[in-house]
Amino acid sequence: METKQILETIQMISEEKLDIRTITMGISLFDCIDSDGTKARQKIYDKLTTSAKDLVKVADQIESEYGIPIVNKRISVTSISMIAAACHDDNYVAYAQTMEKAAETLGVDLIGGFSALVQKGYQSGDRKLIASMPEALSETQRVCGSVNVGSTRAGINMNAVKQMGQVVKDLAEIDPVSCMSLVVFANAVEDNPFMAGAFHGVGEADKVINVGISGPGVVKRALEQVKGESIDTVSETIKKTAFKVTRMGQFVGNVAAKALNVPFGIVDLSLAPTPSQGDSVAEILEEIGLESVGAPGTTAALALLNDAVKKGGVMACEHVGGLSGAFIPVSEDSGMIRAVEHGNLNLEKLEAMTAVCSVGLDMVAVPGDTPAETISGMIADEAAIGVINNKTTAVRVIPAKGQKVGEQVDFGGIFGYAPVMPVNTKSPAKFIQRGGRIPAPIHSFKN
Amino acid sequence: MKAVITVIGHDQVGIVAKVSARLATLKVNITDISQTLMHGDFTMMLMGEWDDKDVQFEVVKQGLQDLAKETGLSINIQRQELFDAIQKL
Repeated sequence: METKQILETIQMISEEKLDIRTITMGISLFDCIDSDGTKARQKIYDKLTTSAKDLVKVADQIESEYGIPIVNKRISVTSISMIAAACHDDNYVAYAQTMEKAAETLGVDLIGGFSALVQKGYQSGDRKLIASMPEALSETQRVCGSVNVGSTRAGINMNAVKQMGQVVKDLAEIDPVSCMSLVVFANAVEDNPFMAGAFHGVGEADKVINVGISGPGVVKRALEQVKGESIDTVSETIKKTAFKVTRMGQFVGNVAAKALNVPFGIVDLSLAPTPSQGDSVAEILEEIGLESVGAPGTTAALALLNDAVKKGGVMACEHVGGLSGAFIPVSEDSGMIRAVEHGNLNLEKLEAMTAVCSVGLDMVAVPGDTPAETISGMIADEAAIGVINNKTTAVRVIPAKGQKVGEQVDFGGIFGYAPVMPVNTKSPAKFIQRGGRIPAPIHSFKN
Repeated sequence: MKAVITVIGHDQVGIVAKVSARLATLKVNITDISQTLMHGDFTMMLMGEWDDKDVQFEVVKQGLQDLAKETGLSINIQRQELFDAIQKL
């Protein structure tokens, strides 16, 4: 192998912060269902702690032997609303506590799946789970929850949209920082390794290993070499870089799956930023030629980036899945934070950006006095973008209790901090209070 | 087992000797070696090969980390398959 290639690889890891964001083990809990909640939770604890007992050890070993940082080790489980529905409990907080205890025993960073899928309607378990969310997510550190309120095939459940606005507010009332553990989806995917939205889908195998890659810094560095060249060159450069980054994800996933004797599921080809300098999606957009993210042209540049990442990554791995694209979480991206603080990026522009990248309004702090209906309105808008455009969208919004525009919410570590952003104060309350369902779009009828 | 060992630091007398002597003690065979200057730093790359039934990866890594401390050099070791996965089709 050429010296240049070896040096390039080492540089990607050491200077450009290329890392594996997460190795996530998906575990089905269907065989833990029991009409006695206590028994069900014991089965869940036992299954998690035996299935994933070597996850952290194997990840640490890969990190040591191959010199690739693996930032998080995570677990996703079958939506608890389905697993707990058979028991007679009225409150599912104890399930979240069991998940937390298992995660703690295993040493994993996060565990996802305190989730419900209600895009068309609620079953009894969904109702109880969603009602338990504020308490469950504020009392646990590692448990993540999600609710799918719409899909291209089902339309948008506006009753759920209405309820989730209130649930987000209730959770923020107890602890605003806990809102980072709750995401509201449209078109949620079943094999997503990223949090807070990971859950183990119904159609998945009993156990599976999914890998989420990172690497905005590598893309930015590559683009620094093609300053002033045409957009075609920009696209080609991103594709080539995404290819290399994804190869690493594929490689690590294979090694981990083999060592754990669990099938390898997918690589999620996402550009996931962190607050550290040089690990920012916003900075890539600025390197493409925007004075600041948020400037006119941002949506087009992001669309180009998102598409090129997918095209480059698809050939590099056997199975692509999850969310795959560029993430634009405000608090986790130093460039996005800067743009918001300088008044260059507002919620409306962010919303437009979510139409062309993976996921949606992510890690956005809004004033603490934002009404629940307004949050529901934001959820409805994002869901509509997802449902109509056949893509995943999500809202992970943090009503900053007692805080106003210009102040900030601190999440710590790779989750960064979010400046409180202004929200349009006109009310969608009457629209949200109607309830009901927005029918599936005409182009969903493909049979 | 095959691994890529990179040594980066200020040029000094006997770097190659120190590193290769330590690798010999660890029963690591050097199959390829090259050096260059990168941003003014001395940079050496070695391909090492050894029988991992005799010597575990961790032992080699620890041995090199000890040497890094003694000499003030930055020494990294990574299994070779990673480089193939990223750079070769």
